[in-house]
Amino acid sequence: MSKEFETVIGLEVHAELKTATKAFCSCTTTFGAEPNTQVCPVCSGFPGMLPVLNRKMVELAIRTGIALNSEIPEICKFDRKNYFYPDLPKAYQISQYDLPICQGGFLDIDVDGEQKRIGITRAHLEEDAGKLVHQGDITTTPFSLVDLNRSGVPLLEIVSEPEMRSAREARAYMEKLRSILLFAGVSDCKMQEGSLRCDANVSVRPVGQKEFGTRTETKNLNSFRSLERAIEYEVRRQIEAIEDGEKIVQETRTWDEEKQQTRSMRSKEEAHDYRYFPEPDLSPLKISREWIAAIASNMPELPVQARRRLVEEYALPEYDAAIITLSPDYLEFFDQCISIYNDAKIVSNWMMSELNRLLNQNNMEISDCRLKPADLAQLLKLIDDGSISGKMAKTVFEEMFKSGKKPELIIKEKGMALISDEATLISLIDGIIRNNTKVMEDYRNGKEKAFGFFVGQIMKVSKGQANPAVVNKLLKERLSQ
Amino acid sequence: MALTIKEVEHVALLARLELNADEKQTFAEQMGTILDYANRLNELDTDGIEPLSHILPVFNVLRDDEVKPGSPREEILSNAPLLEDQQYKVPKII
Repeated sequence: MSKEFETVIGLEVHAELKTATKAFCSCTTTFGAEPNTQVCPVCSGFPGMLPVLNRKMVELAIRTGIALNSEIPEICKFDRKNYFYPDLPKAYQISQYDLPICQGGFLDIDVDGEQKRIGITRAHLEEDAGKLVHQGDITTTPFSLVDLNRSGVPLLEIVSEPEMRSAREARAYMEKLRSILLFAGVSDCKMQEGSLRCDANVSVRPVGQKEFGTRTETKNLNSFRSLERAIEYEVRRQIEAIEDGEKIVQETRTWDEEKQQTRSMRSKEEAHDYRYFPEPDLSPLKISREWIAAIASNMPELPVQARRRLVEEYALPEYDAAIITLSPDYLEFFDQCISIYNDAKIVSNWMMSELNRLLNQNNMEISDCRLKPADLAQLLKLIDDGSISGKMAKTVFEEMFKSGKKPELIIKEKGMALISDEATLISLIDGIIRNNTKVMEDYRNGKEKAFGFFVGQIMKVSKGQANPAVVNKLLKERLSQ
Repeated sequence: MALTIKEVEHVALLARLELNADEKQTFAEQMGTILDYANRLNELDTDGIEPLSHILPVFNVLRDDEVKPGSPREEILSNAPLLEDQQYKVPKII
């Protein structure tokens, strides 16, 4: 069925810029405050108030443009986008229409070991709206409440070309974009707090057809997983509709996380007519080449450079390097670990398997994690010097992750240290040999398998804590005496 | 030239205005006159003239990113017709 159709996806991503103050007034942007405590006449839309543009907001947008290989035009300006909604106190949003701050650009994604370049159409500055809170049961309550703390918070809307062909490519694009924004230090990208939001434009068309199919726009995608699932759902829905002879309606849909489906949000009896016009209260921006150069010279390391460094300096496979450079905190963890324990591949394996598994399981970011990179490095050293087996190390690691305790302490508390003391092991081995003289005879008569039997017994009696290397050496000695 | 009644209705809907039949007729004529006046600009030869994005020759009016206290909540909410839990209370819109 889906073989005959091709999926076309473009993403619109809203990133909240990491400024201390709002776009056009000096109110703070801190998340999570009491409702309507971070507001002033400007961001509450009082008549006669004048916006004044935040310099930092412009600089962060330019920095993003550089990171996304965009062109920063010499002139850009702001426009009013007019619509009525209770979370928009001015009844218009200050945005950018025909002269956005970033034009063009691209980023590279990796899917199934292949790299693909996804074009970026533009990125423009705008202000966020307030927050609408529905009281009680949404279907019966007649009222909504409005909190304007978020009103006027600076956003950069980054629009991709419709160049993704699967939900996985869309997810990879979103992950890559997030990592670039994080490395560039322009946004916190906390999807659950709404500082990174995504709308997906999805359409399908018969394979080989040149024109795009009718697209729908799905909103409310606040995690990578919901982005991927919503697109998969929407593609299935559209293909089924077309095969049933229905027409796809161009509309806005929302992702229902509970039901795992998209549903129509508003009918388009009246098409949107935003009546954009230039914002008379803000002067246009002239962006000198010197200004751009100054920002470029202060650019932090970006994922593409970090990745090259990992591959060249530590000989890590591209795959490992791509995962470690998904977030700066993750890379920082790696870098700190590697400064103490110098086998990069082993560090990378532990991060990608054990650490990632626990982070995902607990729905945590590495920055929320109590485990310190120095402690992982120490654990790896303890494996190397035979203080603990690799298998036990995983249990210790889980405990380190949970409690943030040092590995040595956990090993001591749990009595997990390997027994390497030769005298102890010899008495253990001799005891087992004495009780199994028949097996010992078999071994001496050339039955190699009998050796494994003794190792098994020693491990059993020592509850897995006998150091295998030492056991092997001593057992050979004792059996041949 | 007067606007059509349909055009007036479209603009009224966008502005969330409810107009009666007489008002629609009046505004169709008045708005037509306004547009005719603005259309005189089209008679000018603007070849080779850069489009203007702002009426004043002012650029880069910028402010530093420094937090200043906002308004007290009671003050900012004092004009709200309806309030609940320190928030504006509005008809539900989905």
